[in-house]
Amino acid sequence: MNPDNPKMGFFETIANIDRRVIFLFIGFAVIIPVLLSFSCTEEATPIVQAVYDEIESLPEGSKVLISFDYGPSTVPEVQPMIDALLRHSCEKNLKMYMMALWGTGHNLISESMQDIIEKEFPHKIYGVDYVNLGYKAGNQGLINVILTDMKKMYTTDARGSEIDAVPMMVDIRNLKSFDLILSMGGGFPGIKEWVLFGGDPGNIPVAGGATAVSAPLLYPYYPRQLLGLLGGIKGAAEYESALIKGYPKFKTHSHPAIDMMGPQTVAHIVIVFFIVIGNITFFIGRKREEGEKREGGVIK
Amino acid sequence: MRRQIPLYIVLVCGIVFVIQFFIPSHESEFIFEYGQDWVMVIGILALPLGIWSYLRKTWLTAVKKPKERFFAGVSLFGFAIMMLTGLKRESLMAGSLYMELFEYVLIPIQATIFSLLAFYIASAAYRAFRARSVIATMLLGTAFIVMLRLIPLGPISDVNQALVGWILSVPNMAAKRGLLIGIGLGAIATCIKIILGIERTYLGRD
Repeated sequence: MNPDNPKMGFFETIANIDRRVIFLFIGFAVIIPVLLSFSCTEEATPIVQAVYDEIESLPEGSKVLISFDYGPSTVPEVQPMIDALLRHSCEKNLKMYMMALWGTGHNLISESMQDIIEKEFPHKIYGVDYVNLGYKAGNQGLINVILTDMKKMYTTDARGSEIDAVPMMVDIRNLKSFDLILSMGGGFPGIKEWVLFGGDPGNIPVAGGATAVSAPLLYPYYPRQLLGLLGGIKGAAEYESALIKGYPKFKTHSHPAIDMMGPQTVAHIVIVFFIVIGNITFFIGRKREEGEKREGGVIK
Repeated sequence: MRRQIPLYIVLVCGIVFVIQFFIPSHESEFIFEYGQDWVMVIGILALPLGIWSYLRKTWLTAVKKPKERFFAGVSLFGFAIMMLTGLKRESLMAGSLYMELFEYVLIPIQATIFSLLAFYIASAAYRAFRARSVIATMLLGTAFIVMLRLIPLGPISDVNQALVGWILSVPNMAAKRGLLIGIGLGAIATCIKIILGIERTYLGRD
């Protein structure tokens, strides 16, 4: 504190604010909108709308490969995307082939199947409308192998049934048998590997969903190699909004991404507020330093 | 000899697979697929090695560092529980103990740790995003615009969205493409050094 100039002391205090105060503000910015159920309406941006339109344009019975390439840490961000995409695929009567390049993806497939397909679309039959192929080690090597021969790697499904005994696997030869590949995650291995080792060599459309931090890294592949991308909670919320717009019956279903946009918006307002305050104090501090230097120069 | 044999294997495989890429024939395809199978086998064999390495290191930590004994114990206990409950194929079905542990312990723990990032990013943004120079001001302005897309701005929301779209798909893409091309060229140079045996750090220490 500067006793001669209390105003400057205040700005100094603000400039050196304890980070726990910022944590507290962010905490409230998240908790209060959750308690008040504050949410925002979303409009699908072109990069998200492209994924929606692609699924919408697929004829009934088209084969969609969904790769669960994420772990528990990113579940809050990626799971809403998966839920919305599964709902959309079920509604369009597409055949869903679920697999994982990440070890933890296997468990997440089981959860998604239980929470979305089995609960909301009980008429869908395992092995006819959807299948869990589980996790296989090998990262991009696995993609390379299944590009030419799917059954070389997948001799059984995740439940242990012979792969040829699963009706929807009978006419699958390799990755080229699929109409669309959806990679959900954004880490390694993930969307990039699907584009480089699957989509491009096999000329198969690839789309996906990624966490907000990894989405900008994937923009160079859009729109030629990656036809669309759901980036973070916002991308998921945009997809949920597009789905509700196209199929109003989903309004009554859970839409976690739209719900999460409220806290995320308020938290961003708080961050923006702090950045503005930080810059104001920075400029005032710099001006004062310059003044002090000038005064020092005069004394000399 | 311990170092010479791996170097020869890398030299032969490297040259063979570089040539293979440019020969479009069934024989060449066969060699590639055969090589891929080997990659898978080696990858799978690395898994038990990783488990052994983890167990050994955690055990030694528990024995040698009394202060970290509790945490090492929790780590080993967690590993044992998840492994034992996940041994059967049925354990991967919804409702099993393994899946319950996964859903109600692992997911909340990891998601919580990841969510802490929001607090640190807020604190870091407050201290780092300062308009100290022209470049810093540009970075600040860009970050500001991109962050504002998450905030309802009424009539200027559409303009902001369009601006964010442009930032992501033009300057961001240009920078990322430049980086990717640079990384690609760097990877080629490193690969050549590895194939020729100049770069040997991947072999570890003697």
